[in-house]
Amino acid sequence: MAWDWQVFCRNTTEGTIEPGCWAKGGDITYLEWMVHAWGWTLSVAVCAWVVAVVVGALVGTARTLPNSPWLVRLANAWVELFRNIPILVQLFIWYFVVPKLFPLFQQVPGFLLVVFALGFFTSARIAEQVRAGVQALPRGQRYAGMAMGFTTAQTYRYVILPMAFRIILPPLTSESMNLLKNSSVAFAVSIAELTMFAMQAQEETSRGIEVYLAVTALYALSAFTVNRVFAFIEKKVQIPGFIVAGGTGGH
Amino acid sequence: MKKVLLAVAVAAATGTVFAQANDTIAKVKASGVVTMGVRDSSGALSYTLGDGKYAGFHYELCQRIIANLEKSAGKKLEVKYLPVTSQNRIPLVQNGTVDIECGSTTNNATRQKDVAFAVTTYVEEVRIAVKAASGINSLAQLNGKNVATTTGTTSVQLLRKHERAANVDFKEVFGKDHADSFLMLESGRADAFVMDGQILAGNIATAKNPADYKIVGETISVEPIAIMLRKDDPAFKKLADDTLKDLMKSGEIAKIYDKWFVQPIPPKNTKVGLPASEATKSAWNNPNDKPVEEYLKK
Repeated sequence: MAWDWQVFCRNTTEGTIEPGCWAKGGDITYLEWMVHAWGWTLSVAVCAWVVAVVVGALVGTARTLPNSPWLVRLANAWVELFRNIPILVQLFIWYFVVPKLFPLFQQVPGFLLVVFALGFFTSARIAEQVRAGVQALPRGQRYAGMAMGFTTAQTYRYVILPMAFRIILPPLTSESMNLLKNSSVAFAVSIAELTMFAMQAQEETSRGIEVYLAVTALYALSAFTVNRVFAFIEKKVQIPGFIVAGGTGGH
Repeated sequence: MKKVLLAVAVAAATGTVFAQANDTIAKVKASGVVTMGVRDSSGALSYTLGDGKYAGFHYELCQRIIANLEKSAGKKLEVKYLPVTSQNRIPLVQNGTVDIECGSTTNNATRQKDVAFAVTTYVEEVRIAVKAASGINSLAQLNGKNVATTTGTTSVQLLRKHERAANVDFKEVFGKDHADSFLMLESGRADAFVMDGQILAGNIATAKNPADYKIVGETISVEPIAIMLRKDDPAFKKLADDTLKDLMKSGEIAKIYDKWFVQPIPPKNTKVGLPASEATKSAWNNPNDKPVEEYLKK
């Protein structure tokens, strides 16, 4: 089988090769389409990541609160609900079932629904990590906060959470990379992201191997970038002599 | 990354080696097994009854071809069924996993470089399905509307061309498969569903209230649909072509068509209700394996 990398320079209406791989006058080439699709993948992932971290931090913190049993139960329910249902099923519930039950949601663009579905799914997993991070801290840290006269909120804000987040940075890195890869389910509800591009472009051009290789490279590159960014953050926020820099020889 | 590339290159090279061993009749004679590629939901052309059983117009035509294949191989063959998808059907035929593909594959010039097609047995017309109450009757009325179609089908490209040519500006939404696309129409996420006529008819037939939907507007394109075979295997292609030409000459193909597209079919005993079009009849009267490009020239 011969390679045909020129397939990316073809325009998507007539299939003719465009000079410079960039079409003019309203047409686009497969390369342009792929870049556009990559943009959708990254947009979905970034927006969902923001939702996931904010909600995950809140829910995870709520699970460790000492004197709010109902908040703890509510947070536990949140985690179990979003963690135990496959992401594709959740996506369909948001996209097809919720708008049927609540007509208000019919006006919500598909992009937002995907962001919520992915964000909430991941938030449950991040909440679990935040809880583990908080519980991994020695009890003395909480007591130290109380001894300083801090309120619960202040103890969390100044003592517990900054340490907990440092502890969970490695699993949070994996989770963020997973989120980026999970965003491929968005194709199922007509977001024009990389996976959909791959399926559609290979059908139109019959050059599936080239198309999938290019898309694979973009996914790998994106996930690896996330990995490097987190490695950088980890290095910047580490406290010498604590956890990461401890005697375990890295992680 | 280099290793990955190497692995893919090796896989591609093995594919070529397999493709060269392409005497299907000798192959099935030696192995006693023939693998039929089938589709789970290609309307009445090929669909599953569940439990590993398949049915449909193309499925039945393939059974006829396999019956003749058994005669020329001189023994009873074990038939294996392999559900294929739009994405994997061509590689699977190329690399020898599937001997005969009986789904709903459009015969086009690009594909003819990779695989061969038996004579066209069905000419598909790409049409528009809408809700009966929507008041939409033509493609031009889709201006500003959401139009659903299925990822991995040629309809998307047709739609894009049409949009450019006719200055009709609609928003494309894509379903993962035909059932999803129809769900988009049903749930109001899309105002129309553009797809092969028989797939639309099939989905409407199995909808909760078939009367809520109708197929409207001009035929956007015609596409010859054919049974797919390995390339450069003249003996097997002749066997398949002859089987089909005999059915066409005797008029039996019209009866088989009627059985799947006009009469009630399992599993729900619903009717697709799509009598043979003029284009399909003319393909039966003049058996040919021309790609879609030749049809569009006219």
